[in-house]
Amino acid sequence: MANIENERPRAADTDIMGNAMSMLVRIAQAIALPVAAVLVALICGGILLSLNGFNGWDVFSVMIVGVLQDTRSIAEILLKSIPLILIGVGLCVAFRCSIWNIGAEGQLYAGAVAATIVGVAFEGLTPWIYVPLVMVAGALAGAAWAGIAGLLKVYFRASEIVTTIMLNYIALIGTSYLVTGPLRDAASAYPQSARLLKEAWMPRILPPTRLHIGILVAVALAIAFYVFLFRSSAGYAVRVVGINANAARYAGINVGRNIMIAICISGGMAGLAGAFEVAGVTRRLYQNISPGYGFEGIAVALLANNNPIGAIFSGGLFAILRSGSELMQITAQVPQVLVSVIQGMVILSVVAFGVYRFRSASRSQ
Amino acid sequence: MEDVATLGFIATTIGATWRLATPLIFAAIGEVFSERAGVLNIGLEGVMLVGAFVGFATMFAYGSLPLGLASAVAAGAVVGLLFAFFTITIKADQIVVGAAINLLGMGLTAFLFRTYFVGTGRGVEIAQPLDIPGLSDLPFFGEAFFRHNAIVYSTLLVVVLAVVVLYKTSFGLTLRAVGEHPKAVDVVGRSVAAYRYGAVMIGTGLAGLGGAFLTLGHSNQFVENITSGRGFIALAVVVFARWSPVGAFFVAMLFGLFYALQLQLQAQPALNIPYQALQALPYVMTIVALVMVRNKGDTPKMLGVPYTKA
Repeated sequence: MANIENERPRAADTDIMGNAMSMLVRIAQAIALPVAAVLVALICGGILLSLNGFNGWDVFSVMIVGVLQDTRSIAEILLKSIPLILIGVGLCVAFRCSIWNIGAEGQLYAGAVAATIVGVAFEGLTPWIYVPLVMVAGALAGAAWAGIAGLLKVYFRASEIVTTIMLNYIALIGTSYLVTGPLRDAASAYPQSARLLKEAWMPRILPPTRLHIGILVAVALAIAFYVFLFRSSAGYAVRVVGINANAARYAGINVGRNIMIAICISGGMAGLAGAFEVAGVTRRLYQNISPGYGFEGIAVALLANNNPIGAIFSGGLFAILRSGSELMQITAQVPQVLVSVIQGMVILSVVAFGVYRFRSASRSQ
Repeated sequence: MEDVATLGFIATTIGATWRLATPLIFAAIGEVFSERAGVLNIGLEGVMLVGAFVGFATMFAYGSLPLGLASAVAAGAVVGLLFAFFTITIKADQIVVGAAINLLGMGLTAFLFRTYFVGTGRGVEIAQPLDIPGLSDLPFFGEAFFRHNAIVYSTLLVVVLAVVVLYKTSFGLTLRAVGEHPKAVDVVGRSVAAYRYGAVMIGTGLAGLGGAFLTLGHSNQFVENITSGRGFIALAVVVFARWSPVGAFFVAMLFGLFYALQLQLQAQPALNIPYQALQALPYVMTIVALVMVRNKGDTPKMLGVPYTKA
């Protein structure tokens, strides 16, 4: 793990200038490698476009200009970055614990369902209570959904990779059942829930755009989980389990407990993202409220080298790509799924540049 | 309800079981090779999608089923080469690279499909059931076992080949040793990396074939995410089968049964179950299967661990 050597106390570091320089170098390295990885991925995407009869350069330049042209489009990017940052930050914690939670998509849906159930239920509640209530409901549901995989791992050694993916499918199918059955709005022609009560809507912070308080919550939580991971003993235990579960056990750390903490944090963040989607963007629950934010969050965390602060920026970057890919689809008929290709390429480039040196051995516990 | 109990229903369900198990059998047996050599490839889903798409596109362009299947195997092996390069040569984390392969497989196939095929709406001609004289017309057994296409029957061949290669050849012995004690292989002068490359590419080639069955032997169309989790279910099949090819065949059959029951029961309006409950069946059973086996310690010892020459 990259951060271990950063924290080793160094007696010789009395020279303040030298210290500042080495810190600058570290920051430069931390930024340069992800930037290079993204560039390589974009170039590959451009080549793919050009090979298939599109003009890669035009597409990307139109895209960048288009998505950053005015307040509204920038607000839309920030809006899209909310679930990406939240999920990415949560996955930073899970991945630092070597817990491969691939189920953020399902946890997002669990959160969205809970937020909807709560959000249509209590008439006459003040937003001061209702808005936090919806957020908590979403986060708890996401944490619980992830917690299933956590318990199965701790008690039955069932691989969380497979169980979280299966729970994705079950959550999606469950949502489909709920919006066609018990939660369906009888007055609507589409399979969707009733509209959430107005008092449960996430307050908007930049009218007339749709940007809501979720962005502030996401950034605050990113900082909070950075502090948790790197400046608290609880977070240290989570990371030790991730680096070497056996050593952690001998050192008296409760491995199962830390696995549960890490997976529930990541699930809770995804659940919160789901609550923000229904209460802040769609205002109703329907089958495809997420275009794959849960899977995109994996790339967000990896590009940030599993650093929650970094996830704010990588989340923002992927939001730009996603907005851009929507624009490409509309203006140049470039299939929007190109964004998945670019995400995959980003991960491979990050790996290739060695930003990311995992010790796989540490995973076997 | 009476329909459920008839012989006809049972025969149809058994027949559908084998067909629906076929992609899982190919992918799971392939993954047995890979994991026995110590490489966990969670990118199977992406590889299967690539196989499904390449097989479909080749068939669409050239109209030759053998060519379609062969190109799907080749495409799977090429993706495997990419995976192997990153995990074996660069020694990157297998799960991270696998996740990337899934994103790439999903994104590339959907991108190319939307660019070239989405408006055409045309399917391809799929492999037809073989007419086996005397057997195909048998009551019950004909429907259950003898009206499949050649790809379904070839699963038997693949199982036999896998057993022979893994347990009766020096290649297979070395491959298994690479997953248990790579140093021993290294010491006798064989390349651990070469065996792992081979195992991964056998695995992804078979996964590509499994994907191609979906477009060339089952439905005649490519659809985005047509694999719908089969690559991941195959991973669970391998664990449940304790890394044995014969076991993988039967466990895959069990999952085929869940798929078949799901489809057959959905066609029974008399059963008052929401169709989503049936849809979820294979996924729920995958979790149940993983919980049932626990981890008995017969996992290949070096699974997921890159090998560095001393």
